[in-house]
Amino acid sequence: MESGEINMIRDYISLAFDNLKHRGLRSWLTMLGIFIGIAAVVALISLGQGLQQAVLGQFDALSADRLIIQNAETGFGPPGSTAVTKLTEHDLEIISRVQGVEIAVPRLIRMGKVEYNKVASFKYIGDLPDDKEEAAMVYSTMNAKPIEGRLLTPDDRGKIVLGNDFLTQEEFGKDIRVSSKLNINGKDFEVVGIIGKLNNIIFNSVIIMPRKDMKSLLNIGDEMDTIAVKVSSTDVLVDTARNIEERLRRDRNEQVGEEDFTVQTPQQALSAVNTILNIVNLIVIGIAAISLVVGGIGIMNTMYTSVLERKREIGIMKAVGAKNSDILTIFLLESGLLGLAGGIIGAIIGLSLSFLVSFVANSYLGTDLLKIIISYPLLISAILFSLIIGAISGLFPARQASQLRPTEALRG
Amino acid sequence: MFFNVKSKNYLYFNYRNLIKPLLLNLNMTEIINLKKVTKYYHMGDNIVKALDGIDIKVSLGDFVAIMGPSGSGKSTGMNLVGSLDLPTKGNIFLDGKDISHLSESDLAQIRGKKIGFIFQSFNLIPNLTAKENIMLPMLFQSIEKEDREARAEKLLKMVELEDRMDHFPNQLSGGQQQRVAIARALANDPEVILADEPTGNLDTKTGEKVMTFLEKFHKEGKTIIMVTHDPQKALDHAKTIYWLKDGKIEKVTKKIKNKWKVVR
Repeated sequence: MESGEINMIRDYISLAFDNLKHRGLRSWLTMLGIFIGIAAVVALISLGQGLQQAVLGQFDALSADRLIIQNAETGFGPPGSTAVTKLTEHDLEIISRVQGVEIAVPRLIRMGKVEYNKVASFKYIGDLPDDKEEAAMVYSTMNAKPIEGRLLTPDDRGKIVLGNDFLTQEEFGKDIRVSSKLNINGKDFEVVGIIGKLNNIIFNSVIIMPRKDMKSLLNIGDEMDTIAVKVSSTDVLVDTARNIEERLRRDRNEQVGEEDFTVQTPQQALSAVNTILNIVNLIVIGIAAISLVVGGIGIMNTMYTSVLERKREIGIMKAVGAKNSDILTIFLLESGLLGLAGGIIGAIIGLSLSFLVSFVANSYLGTDLLKIIISYPLLISAILFSLIIGAISGLFPARQASQLRPTEALRG
Repeated sequence: MFFNVKSKNYLYFNYRNLIKPLLLNLNMTEIINLKKVTKYYHMGDNIVKALDGIDIKVSLGDFVAIMGPSGSGKSTGMNLVGSLDLPTKGNIFLDGKDISHLSESDLAQIRGKKIGFIFQSFNLIPNLTAKENIMLPMLFQSIEKEDREARAEKLLKMVELEDRMDHFPNQLSGGQQQRVAIARALANDPEVILADEPTGNLDTKTGEKVMTFLEKFHKEGKTIIMVTHDPQKALDHAKTIYWLKDGKIEKVTKKIKNKWKVVR
C-alpha cells in the first residue's frame, strides 16, 4: 500500500513535470523571479561571509590578553595616528601601575614619504620599541615572521623591516630585496628583512623602524600614539580595562562618558565590526526577501493563468476520474517544482556570481583576501525555501483549480 | 490479495461479466436510473429549466441514444447520466447506488471506474502522448505504472494506433484522436461508455469507423449511451432512443425484433 502511494506521487510528479516542460518558455520566465532572488541571497551571503572573514582577519592581531589605549581621534587611519592630543609618559606610568597590567608598550604609527627607484609613495611607519621584551611583544602581536632576511632588533640603526606588500606589489617599478636601500623622509634605510603575509592589511604595508631612528627622523618628542597593554591573564582583561579607564579619568578630571581617550578590548573592537557586518547582512537578506516575494507572486500569477487556460484540461481529468485532491496535488507539485528548479538554478548562479566577484575583486586588489565560503546549510535552506515559496504560491490557484465543477471546466 | 484493486487482475477480470447473461435474462439490471430529475440553471435573474422531471432508465448492455435538437436539454442530460453534474431535484442511481448527494470526489472516483467518456471534441490532454492520455484514467484509480502501460498499449492496438503511441494529440488526425479517446474511455474497463456526439467533428467515413467501434463494444457487452442530434445515427445504431424536447421526454422508442416501437 505504502509503496503504491509513493509510486503514485512519483507518477504525479512526472505528470506535473511534463506539464511544465510543455509550457517551456513560460516556465522559465516564471522561475526567473525565484532564481534572481535565490541567486541574490546565495551570492550576497557567500560574499558577505567572505567579507566578514576578511574583515575579522584584521583583528587577528588582537589577542585575547591585549588592550589598546588611545586618545580621541579626529580622522580615519591607524589607531592613534590622528589623535589631537597624544598620550604621554605620564599616562604610560599611570597605566603601568594599574593592577593586572603585565607590560605597557607605547607605540608610534606615522606616515612617511618613501622613495625607491625614483618613485615616491606614502607609507605607514611603525616603531620597534627599544626594550627587547617590548619588541618581542610587538612581533608576537603582529605574528610577524621573516620570509626573507631577518627581523629587526632594537639595537639596529638605519635599518628597516618591510611588510609583505613591498615584495608582492611592484609599486616602485623595481624589486625590493634584502639590502635594498629605501629613502624615507630624506634618509636612507637598509632593508634587513621582509615579513611573511599577514591577514591584516596595514601590517602587510607597514615599515618597521627602530624607535630611536623613527623619533629622530620624524621629530617626535615624548609623545606616543597608542599604548598597547598585555594583561597578566585573560580573566582580568575586563577588570583591568575598567581600572585603567578609571585611573586615566581621575588623572584628567573627566566625567564618565566625556573621556577623550578610549580603552579598547578585542571584544569591543570585534563586536563593533560585527554589528556593522550584521546590519549589512540584514539589508542583504531584506533585499533578497523582497525579490523572493516578487518571485512567489510571479509563480502565483502563472499558476492562476494556467488554471484559467487549462480549465478544459481540468474538466477532462475530472471526467476521467480525477478527485479534487488529485487536481490539487498536480497543481501544487507544478508550482513546487517551479520553485525547486528556480532555487537550484538560482543557487548555482549565485555561487558562480560570488566566485566571479571575489575573483575580480581579488585580482583587482592583488590579494586573496576575499575568500568565498560555501555554506551547505545556506544552499540547502535556500533551495528548500524556494520550494516552499513555490508550493505556497501555488496553493490558492491549485485550490481554485481543484474546486472547478467538471461541467463548467469542460465548457472551457 | 483478492480484494486488492491494484492487482493486475482487476483490469482483466470483472466478476460481473461472468453473470451478465444471467442478469440480462432476468431483466433486472439497471446500470443508470434517473428518477424525476430536474435541473435548473441560473442565468442572471432568470432560472432556466434545462431538464424538467425526466425519467431515464438504462439497462445493462443496452445501446441508448439520447436524441434531441440543441436546447432540448440533452447536454444537461448527458452530464447527469455521466455523473458530471448533480440534479437540482430528483435522484440518480448508478449501479443501484444513489449518487445524487455524493461529494465531488466520491463522484469522480465512481465516474472514473464505471463510465468512459467520448466527447465530440475528443478532449485529449495536449501535452500528453496518445499512450499517456490512455494511461491517465488508470492513474486516478491508483493502478501501477507497468499495468497502466500494458493496458494502454493493448487498447492502442485495439484501435489500430499502436504505431502512434508516442504522438501528441496535435500530431494526430481528428479520426485518430477520436480513436485515442475511445481507447481512453475503455481504460478502466467501465460498465458504461458515454459518447457525446462522437462523430460530430468527423467526416462521414471516419465517423462510421467510430460507430463501428461503439457497435463492437456493445456486442462485447458494454452499455453504450450516445447523445446525438442526428436521428439517422440514433435509428441506425441504438436499441433504445429517448427523444428529448424542451427539457422533457417526448417519447421513448425501442427496437424490438428490428422494428421501432414507442414504449412510453
